[in-house]
This record gives sequence, C-alpha cells and structure tokens, in this order.
Amino acid sequence: MRAEASLREFLTCRAEGDLLPWNAQCEASERFGRSVAEIEAAALGWDLLPGRYRRNRETVSVADQLRLFSSRVGVIGCGGLGGYLIEQLARLGVGTLVLLDPDFFEEHNLNRQLLSSPADLGRAKVDVARERVAAINPAVTVEPHRTAFSRDNGRELLSGCSAVVDGLDNVLVRRELAAVCRDLAVPLVHGAIAGWYGQVAVQLPGADLSRLLRPTSSNGKGVETKLGNPSFTPAVIASLQTAELAKILLGRGKLLADRALFVNLLDMEFDEIRHG
Amino acid sequence: MLTIKLFATFQKGRFEAAQRECPPGTTLGKIVDELGIAREEIGVLLVSGRHAELEHVPATGDTIAIFPLLGGG
Repeated sequence: MRAEASLREFLTCRAEGDLLPWNAQCEASERFGRSVAEIEAAALGWDLLPGRYRRNRETVSVADQLRLFSSRVGVIGCGGLGGYLIEQLARLGVGTLVLLDPDFFEEHNLNRQLLSSPADLGRAKVDVARERVAAINPAVTVEPHRTAFSRDNGRELLSGCSAVVDGLDNVLVRRELAAVCRDLAVPLVHGAIAGWYGQVAVQLPGADLSRLLRPTSSNGKGVETKLGNPSFTPAVIASLQTAELAKILLGRGKLLADRALFVNLLDMEFDEIRHG
Repeated sequence: MLTIKLFATFQKGRFEAAQRECPPGTTLGKIVDELGIAREEIGVLLVSGRHAELEHVPATGDTIAIFPLLGGG
C-alpha cells in the first residue's frame, strides 16, 4: 500500500493538470519496477490521462480510456485490414491485442499492407505487428500467434476477448470465425474488401451475420481475385471497423448490428443492407 | 413486375436498376443466370430487404438486390 501511495504521489506530482507526460510514465516504470502498461492502468484509475491520449478527449473520457485499456481485442489477420486495425487500436489505447496470422510478408503486400515494407519481406506478419505496436504505444500488450484461425484453435485463442475484429481474406474461414464468436458470445466486427468495394457489419452475441457470408465460392475467395485490392480500400474499411469496435468497447452510439454497410468507393455510394 | 438492383461490379455492362416482367414461378437462380451473373460471385442476395436463396421465387412488386462476394482482407 505504501508503494501504491508513493506511486500515486509521484504520478500526481509529475502530472500537468490531469495529463501524465510520457517521460513521467517511463520514469515511474523504472523507479517503481513496473511496466509502462501497469503505470498506465494505475494512472487512469487515479483519473490521470497519459498525455498521448490528449486528443482522444471529448471523444474518449478518462474513464473510457481506462475501459479501452482494460479491453482485450482479437485481430484475426494481420494483412490489409489487419495492419490498419492494429495501428488504430494501438493508438486508441486498447490494452491487449491478440493477433493471429500464419503468413510472412511478400512483395505483393507492399501496395496496401500498412505493416509491410521491403526490409521486412519474408518476416512473419505477427512479429512485425508486435514490433510496430511496441514502437507506437509500448503500453499496449501484444499476444502474437503465428497460426491460421480455425474452429479448433479459435475458442482457446479468443476466450477472454472483449471483442474480435475480422481481417481475414476468406469467406469460409470468416464463417468459422463468426461461429466461434457466437459460441463464445463475443461481439465480432466483420469487414471484407475487393477492389473499390468493401463491407462492414457487427455480430453481437445472440445474432448471426453468416448470411452476409454466402458459402457460394468453393475456395472462399470473392471478386477480389479479379479486382485486386488497392491501398485505400483496406484503410477505409478498417477505419469503419475500428469505429464500430470502439463503440462496442465503450457502449456508445448505434452499431451496424442487424444491418451491414456496403461501400462503393468508385461511385462513392454507401448502401445500408438491412437484413433479418 | 420485379425491380432488380445491381451493385458494384455487377452493374458493368448491365444496369443499376431495372424493372423486369418474369413468368410466374421464375426463381432467383434463373433471373441471375439470365443476367449472366456467375452464381459463385454473389455475396448478398436480398428480396425486399430479406436474405433469400437462389431457389426462392420472388413475388410481384419485390425488389431484388444483388451484391458481389467480397472475400479480401
């Protein structure tokens, strides 16, 4: 308890108003032998906002920020959507990210995948993702799994998650993911892309979005095999997914539940698919 | 009379929305085939806002919406 009081005194003393500068968070970590993540949790609990989240203000309160920091989000796939999802979730301040992807970066990823770069070709996507998160927000804990999602490993890997977000590249595997999330009663934010087009939807516990994922194609691929995936579509769709995820974690706003958003960037049309 | 709405790539060389007269008993599958849309490319198929299968027979006045399957990430 004395250590706790002493930490609180240190943080309060170093805070500027209710903002805790990053260098003070690091110093507290060294001085009190705790991780920057532990310091962040303690600070937020005492109504001190790490300075990095200053511009989250109004959108995200200090109590909200603690809620985000206490959340554990599964990101399934670390490619086109996944790269942007991971970047945004880490900057938003989601405390724990469980990352799944079996792949290594290849040259044809470079046109769109935020985490890819020539220097990292051949490296595991989850390893690069872990390094990126450590570089941009060291208070975020990453649990990387270099494995493909399946119904067999899904339950174990995603148990304890507050929400899961879809960065997969296959409709059949997405159906498996939706099924596991239904079993676990964990909210799922679905996203998919092809060319100029994308779609987003939310599956809350008790609901089923698998009718958006018709198993019509035998290999689980869609029109992206013809259209490819340019740089901007994953950025748009992943951003919409992150907004839905933030709302789920914070219990705010109106979600894309029982409806989906179909995005056409070529004609700049956003159609709502209501489905029952 | 049916209203057919096509989305994204399905509009190319076809239309955005059209009214069609179909003989009684015409299934969605037949409508899709006649439009030259590959069945395995269909992601979402709605009849008046509800998901439907290709065997479904739409009723007069229904609006059919056909979206391509997006699988990428």
